[in-house]
Amino acid sequence: MTDDFRRSPEFRDFLAQASRRDFLRIAGLGGVAAFLASCSTKGAAIKASDTALPSSSGPSPTGGTSGSTTPSTATTPPSNDKSDVDKLVVFSNWPLYIDVDAKNESLHPTLAAFTKSTGVKVTYTEDVNDNDQFFGKVKPQLSAGQDTKRDIIVLTDWMAARMIRLNWVQKFDPANVPNAKNLRAALKSPPWDPDRSHTLPWATGLTGIATNTKVTGGKTVTSMTQLLTDKSLKGKVTCLTEMRDTVGLIMLEMGKDPANFTDADYTAALDMLQTAVSSGQIRQFTGNEYAQALGKGSIAAAVAWSGDVIQLQAANKDIKFTAPDSGLMIWSDNMMIPNQAQHKKNAEMLINYYYDPKVAAMLAASVNYICPVEGAQEAMKSIDKTLATNPLIFPDDATLAKTHVFMGLSATQETTYSTQFTTVTGS
Amino acid sequence: MELPKGRARRGSRSLPYVLLSPGMLWLVIFFLVPMATLAALSLQTGDYEQGFTLTWNWHIYSEMWTRYGHHFIRSFSYAFVATVAALVIAYPLAYAIAFKAGRWKNLLLVLVIAPFFTSFLVRTLAWQAILADNGWVTSTLRSLHFPMQDGRLLNTSFAVICGLTYNFLPFMVLPLYASLERIDPRVVEAASDLYARPITAFRRVTFPLSLPGVVAGTLLTFIPAAGDYVNATFLGSPQDQMVGNVVDKQFLVSNDYPIASALSMTMLVAILILVSLYIRRAGTEEIV
Repeated sequence: MTDDFRRSPEFRDFLAQASRRDFLRIAGLGGVAAFLASCSTKGAAIKASDTALPSSSGPSPTGGTSGSTTPSTATTPPSNDKSDVDKLVVFSNWPLYIDVDAKNESLHPTLAAFTKSTGVKVTYTEDVNDNDQFFGKVKPQLSAGQDTKRDIIVLTDWMAARMIRLNWVQKFDPANVPNAKNLRAALKSPPWDPDRSHTLPWATGLTGIATNTKVTGGKTVTSMTQLLTDKSLKGKVTCLTEMRDTVGLIMLEMGKDPANFTDADYTAALDMLQTAVSSGQIRQFTGNEYAQALGKGSIAAAVAWSGDVIQLQAANKDIKFTAPDSGLMIWSDNMMIPNQAQHKKNAEMLINYYYDPKVAAMLAASVNYICPVEGAQEAMKSIDKTLATNPLIFPDDATLAKTHVFMGLSATQETTYSTQFTTVTGS
Repeated sequence: MELPKGRARRGSRSLPYVLLSPGMLWLVIFFLVPMATLAALSLQTGDYEQGFTLTWNWHIYSEMWTRYGHHFIRSFSYAFVATVAALVIAYPLAYAIAFKAGRWKNLLLVLVIAPFFTSFLVRTLAWQAILADNGWVTSTLRSLHFPMQDGRLLNTSFAVICGLTYNFLPFMVLPLYASLERIDPRVVEAASDLYARPITAFRRVTFPLSLPGVVAGTLLTFIPAAGDYVNATFLGSPQDQMVGNVVDKQFLVSNDYPIASALSMTMLVAILILVSLYIRRAGTEEIV
């Protein structure tokens, strides 16, 4: 019956009408486009004038900490701090980045101790997997001046710099974070937050080269030139998708300063990387996943993060971490309080708590990245003597002198450089 | 007698539109509007911090093509090979389930759908373990002198195509099964009564009757496979990245929304053209 209907003249008429209507609909779509033309896509930055908007502040009690006390916070939007009535803090962090109870992996002893001493409950979520993805996740709220339902977020230096540039995070009230004085001197004034008024490092790491000596036959890879050109490593090398780590190390190898370079230097570094990609030397560009492959021996050497290497070394003696003579990259993941956070004071209390050397040592003992807190090395001696002398957790000044940071980039530079880099990585 | 008939006719004319309206409304809100936004975004210039303004920058499409043309060719070739492979694997499987499985039919169908109970991502990551350099699959194939790119399976185009084939296989099996299941066994019997050998009966009767399933299955496999980026991310090397990977990187990492939108629009139009050519050749009447 349906077939007969389809072949019927009525159905053909219907089709003809439909296509006329399609035409009209497309014309209508043109109207939509014209409408959109007048709208354009809004920028992500919060301007100082935007922040003066009344932000649905009901009769909520101001905890005496949000902005009003310090004139310097006048540019940040009010956060409707509910800290005193709602004893809670919502903490978004990277996976496997905190101490866990030996019996129950969902318990975190340092957080439990904080709740016990202050009465403030912590909702701890491991939902930061990638700086760029997380940026995409919180962008709709933060660019519209809305609450992200998070009180503390942890992001890497360059993304933290972007958050500050976009005016998306709040200044700490110094009175609530007295322990900030314990921050290691080398980390005290990054160019993008010179007085550490918006950020404090959760953990710091080094980027260098890791080798699985079982795969290389005892040989350790000691320079980027060797990593990118040694024929015996062909197809068994990975680099990081984090542009600043991979390109930074190559620039150091070429004798350039990653903190101060020209477009030509950047292109030269990418050329070296492109040659290694085209020759099949580099097997993949990865995030954390390289660690598993390196441990299993699928790859021989990689651009690697220090903390991952320590964790691998615990189970596998063949894994070596080398600091190339030309230098290492250093980075931190920073705690920040996003605009409109509902528990700013509680967040500051928690940040302050982790800057107590004893707590910092407990954290570093299980996180294995560089501890940014002065005095934690002393405290570590009573927890684990070997970790207290591990140069990848408590590096000496000589090692720190070899470390470099990547230059701060503008939005346009960020787009141009990362497009060039992702093109080399195959996409 | 005349009047009520006319009224009934008019009533039935407006009825299709009434029935269509919820669906149309849904499509306008969740398909047409985003699509128009995407098209407009592709013609804007600016940066993510200050915002983008519409400048009718058509030039972006040619720039996009010079930069990423080979990614399109790669995506369509991988999707094509994966679709053919899926068809070759799925046809006998669907045939067996439809005609030979007997009381195991429902169990086998559940098994085909079972992979959907775990996440797409986890299933793709499992392939990393299966194809690992020192895994048993690789060592067995190596000892059989199977030709391998750089002596490995993981992070090659072969791995990406395997992943695509595997991940979209159920989309091929189910429509094939549905159309094979519908075939009246008596027509095949009639063919053999008319002295057709089994192979001829299959070629002249069963296969042509299953064509709607073949067309639906190949479309359901090819379209998502061409747009996929998960398989290339985890199973590919820098030489195997597809259009989806570029869109992902441009949207999330470089924050170059116009070029990412231009890539998506081009992908959409290219698939639309390919699919309509295919449907025109294969004939729509059997599918709908």
